[in-house]
Amino acid sequence: MKAILSILWKEFIQLRRDPRLFPVIFISPILQLLLLGYAANLDVKNIPSVICDMDRSAAGREFLEGFLNSGYFTVAARVDRLDGIDRFLDNGESSMAFVIPRGFGDDLAAGRPARVMIIADGSESQSASVGVNYAAMIAARYTQKIILDVFERARGLGLRPVIVNLELRVWYNPELKSRNFMVPGVLGLILMIMTMSLASLGIVRERETGTMEQLIVTPIRPYQLIVGKLLPFVLIGLMDTIFVITVARFWFAIPFRGSVALLVAGCLVFMLNTLGIGLFVSTISRTQQQAMLTSLFFILPQIVLSGFVFPIENMPRVFQLATLVIPIRYFFVIIRGIMLKGAGLADLWVQGAALVALGTVILGLSVARFRKKLD
Amino acid sequence: MRTLPIAFVGPVMRKEFRQIRRDSRSLIFMIVIPAFLLVMFGFALNFDVKNIPLAIVDQDGSRTSRGLVEKFRTTEYFRVKAEPDRTADIDRLMARDKVRAALVIPETFAEDLLAGRSADVQFILDGANALSGSTAAGYAAAILQSYSQRITLQAMERRGFGSLTLPLKTDVRVWYNPELKSAKFLVPGLMAFILMVILTTSTAFSIVREEERGTMEQIRVSPLPPAALIIGKLVPYGLISLASAHIVLALGWALFGVAVKGNYFLLLLSIVLFLISGLGQGILISSITRTQLVAFLICVLTTILPTFVLSGFVFPVRNMPVAVQVVTYLIPAKYFLVALRGIILKGAGIGAFWEQILSLAVFAIMALALSMIMLRRGGATRGRRTRQRSTEREHERIPERRAP
Repeated sequence: MKAILSILWKEFIQLRRDPRLFPVIFISPILQLLLLGYAANLDVKNIPSVICDMDRSAAGREFLEGFLNSGYFTVAARVDRLDGIDRFLDNGESSMAFVIPRGFGDDLAAGRPARVMIIADGSESQSASVGVNYAAMIAARYTQKIILDVFERARGLGLRPVIVNLELRVWYNPELKSRNFMVPGVLGLILMIMTMSLASLGIVRERETGTMEQLIVTPIRPYQLIVGKLLPFVLIGLMDTIFVITVARFWFAIPFRGSVALLVAGCLVFMLNTLGIGLFVSTISRTQQQAMLTSLFFILPQIVLSGFVFPIENMPRVFQLATLVIPIRYFFVIIRGIMLKGAGLADLWVQGAALVALGTVILGLSVARFRKKLD
Repeated sequence: MRTLPIAFVGPVMRKEFRQIRRDSRSLIFMIVIPAFLLVMFGFALNFDVKNIPLAIVDQDGSRTSRGLVEKFRTTEYFRVKAEPDRTADIDRLMARDKVRAALVIPETFAEDLLAGRSADVQFILDGANALSGSTAAGYAAAILQSYSQRITLQAMERRGFGSLTLPLKTDVRVWYNPELKSAKFLVPGLMAFILMVILTTSTAFSIVREEERGTMEQIRVSPLPPAALIIGKLVPYGLISLASAHIVLALGWALFGVAVKGNYFLLLLSIVLFLISGLGQGILISSITRTQLVAFLICVLTTILPTFVLSGFVFPVRNMPVAVQVVTYLIPAKYFLVALRGIILKGAGIGAFWEQILSLAVFAIMALALSMIMLRRGGATRGRRTRQRSTEREHERIPERRAP
């Protein structure tokens, strides 16, 4: 125990020696969180649109009003001719265009099917598909209104439209704020990046500078060395967690419905994995540059394949299977479950067990490699 | 007599290349990681909200209600994962992240519809996943709307009104990317993302490494002007990243059919300008850090998340609060993305995005100028600091790397 403590102490002295390290470790996560908490917003609102009304009828204007009053679209420009649209979509000034062809009003009045055209900029697939959905919905609502008008006129015939109403209830996050979804995710990312790079680069540095050999000749057991080296990073990770959660709870008012103890347990189990990967990277890298690139090689796919932004259920089968060995995927379910849904151990034990299993394997493997390197 | 700075660039470049070659794994990683990530992300990622896991509680169990359930079952937007008997079970399913939405059809559903009354169904949404939440609600509303319309029209037909055609035809066209393929959208974004991360960290490391090992002091006492040092260090990493960018482009074309529609030289110009600003950012970071560990953390934190989140790669910039939008003007990737999408997907000419190219150029020049100033100043102050600490840090430093 005493040996572990002295290693721990040595690590802290070493970490303190770089005056920039502590600010980076503790202040930058909060800056990141603040920035991302405000920026990460997928709500598609105010899509700039070009209006091309070639009909100039009252019906056409009414139809367009429906789009503009919905809050999803704003007018970026009005043009008279179809080829006037190109310019605005080409330079990205607007992402959608609504075209009312000549004869729209007459067709509607005569009971003939009228046509409208909606053009979307597909180079931004995300907003395009959402925008197209909204537009289609608004157009359908307009259709329904016309049908209802027909019924209104035929009231004397005893006809009534049948409508299936949608009663929408949103649980956990009634306003559907993207922030509530993203901020817990950012905690996972910060925790992963911090602990993984601290462990991998920190250990490789010791080897690069040759002080690892000095440690080996001291009467310290390998396990004491590993525990003493990794424990400071666990503490740093926990501190970061506390900071991030505090900012999330009190600055962004993101609900925290579950148990703090469970969250801390989740973080510890998750760090088994990240530190395990960090240690593993350190055993296969000679220089810090190699460790850095190898860490990136592990970090980047995890960010994208974890369900942080891109839903896992949309990925092809092979990739869905591959995500099963990505630890942060389980952590995201745990942290979002605890914070937003108030989920307990009974709900999250599967994810917890997955993290424990993965962590044990990864950490065990890297400890074995690390010890071999020591001997 | 002074020698021109340009004369020193060659030797620095040669030295840097030699150092890069010595570490073949790093070189391979720098070139291969971008390609690897592109292939992986290109196949795996999808912005479409489809296959939303859904639970259905059909309390009615009639033929009519089964007809509605069938509507939800056959669309690609939802995938029915569970059919619990009680609404209380939905709670458990959602807390475990098994379903993201639930449809509850009340007992009186068929009765109401047959009597010609309007019926209510309940749609419960897991708001914790806000990203797909609103889209899911939209899909559900659209399905119900078309269902109601069909029932209404059927009722009219039965009463002898003849068939009524839908009064409005909506013609939706998607330009530039007609199938709304995410890969097309992702190739430019990933290029910016990957180049930025790899490039900035590699550059910062190449300088901080010398700092940490003490070889920077040797360079400083040599008659090498900072400009030559910077250019000599930039060129090798710039060339590697340029090669890497071309591999990404080639793979994007071969695997995902993303051909460059616009002018290649325009593309090259924007890539080079972007690379220079990335390199500049790397040098700036290196000038405020002393160890590779801190340099790495700062690089990762200032490149990964901001390029991912603030550049408009995933989240539309126009939705952000004004203060954050101001910050996005400092992210070169933002301009790069607009230019890339313009050139690659839209085939637009310089007229459509000269502002972006200009901004990138300004960035590149500023980053270079600033990093030269920082390097010169840093040299002076750091020199002092190192002398003070030199005795204390002696054991940490190793002599210059032994030649193999």
